[in-house]
Amino acid sequence: MRGRLLPILVCLAGACLIGLLVYGVTTQGASRTLDQAVAKGQHPPAPQAGRTLPVLSGTAAGAGDSLAAYRGKVVVLNFWASWCVPCQTEAPLLEHAQSRLRAHDATVLGVTYLDASTDSKTFLREHHITYPNLRDTTGEFAHAYGTDQLPESFVIDRNGGVVAVSRGEIGQAFLDEAIKLAESTS
Amino acid sequence: MRLRAAASTLAALGMILALVTVLSPASGLAATARASLPAIERRVMCVTCKIPLIVAESPQADRERVFIRGLIAEGKTESEIESALVSQYGPTALGLPSAHGFDLTAYLVPLAAVVALIATLALLLPRWRRRTRVRPSSTPPPTLGAAEQARLDADLARFDR
Repeated sequence: MRGRLLPILVCLAGACLIGLLVYGVTTQGASRTLDQAVAKGQHPPAPQAGRTLPVLSGTAAGAGDSLAAYRGKVVVLNFWASWCVPCQTEAPLLEHAQSRLRAHDATVLGVTYLDASTDSKTFLREHHITYPNLRDTTGEFAHAYGTDQLPESFVIDRNGGVVAVSRGEIGQAFLDEAIKLAESTS
Repeated sequence: MRLRAAASTLAALGMILALVTVLSPASGLAATARASLPAIERRVMCVTCKIPLIVAESPQADRERVFIRGLIAEGKTESEIESALVSQYGPTALGLPSAHGFDLTAYLVPLAAVVALIATLALLLPRWRRRTRVRPSSTPPPTLGAAEQARLDADLARFDR
């Protein structure tokens, strides 16, 4: 029995390692919980709305601001970075939408991710961006939205529920939906 | 005698430890030394390509290099530059797993493996040593036939002469 103990223990350790690997691969990927809930017609609460993020531009909230501060507004939450080429393409669309959203107590809220603040500010100047922008310095806010590629956008209703998700570059149709929501609920 | 041997071993270990501390790049001396781009490139990641900056070739990698060069020019130390990179790009810039959640396994699994290895050795070594000690006495000495014994005696007597 004692002679068999060691092979049994080695096999158990190997099985544990394989189990850990499988668990890691299945759970550590980007979460698609929001997408699934929205696809079912649900409006899941926007994750980490109360998390305070450093301000990059466009808000007078001081050193930090959070999504919760925009409760009561329709928000187009847009994750971007200056190095991301599709982000450059969609920036004029977002800025154009902002002028229409503002009129209905709604806003675009940009959140930079994996980007140096100096590069982000240069991007904002080059694209004449006027909507507020925050910095996700740890990546945890983006991770809560299942963001693993840029750009990604989420429409959040006045009650703080996510109503639309776009993984990748947005088109005018996505923004029109957000504007329609803002108009119908203002 | 044993005490003296133990003391000299301890002294030698102490000297090696002191040398390692002085020469280690993580020591205080190295941390305050002037930073160099290749040294930092080896320790940080290209945040978009997810590979060490030293081997990364992309516009973002070049931006990170410009950022690091700027801080080197300002006279910042390596640890200050690493902190600045983390504050700009997040903890992924260091390429180290975080110390919470599932990432903790990256630290715990190797530790557990070392403990398991030590436990296995502690379990097996005495057994192996017992076996090697027992083996010589358990095998009977080779016996010689009468003719061979006589020839051996004769050979030995010849050598003695």
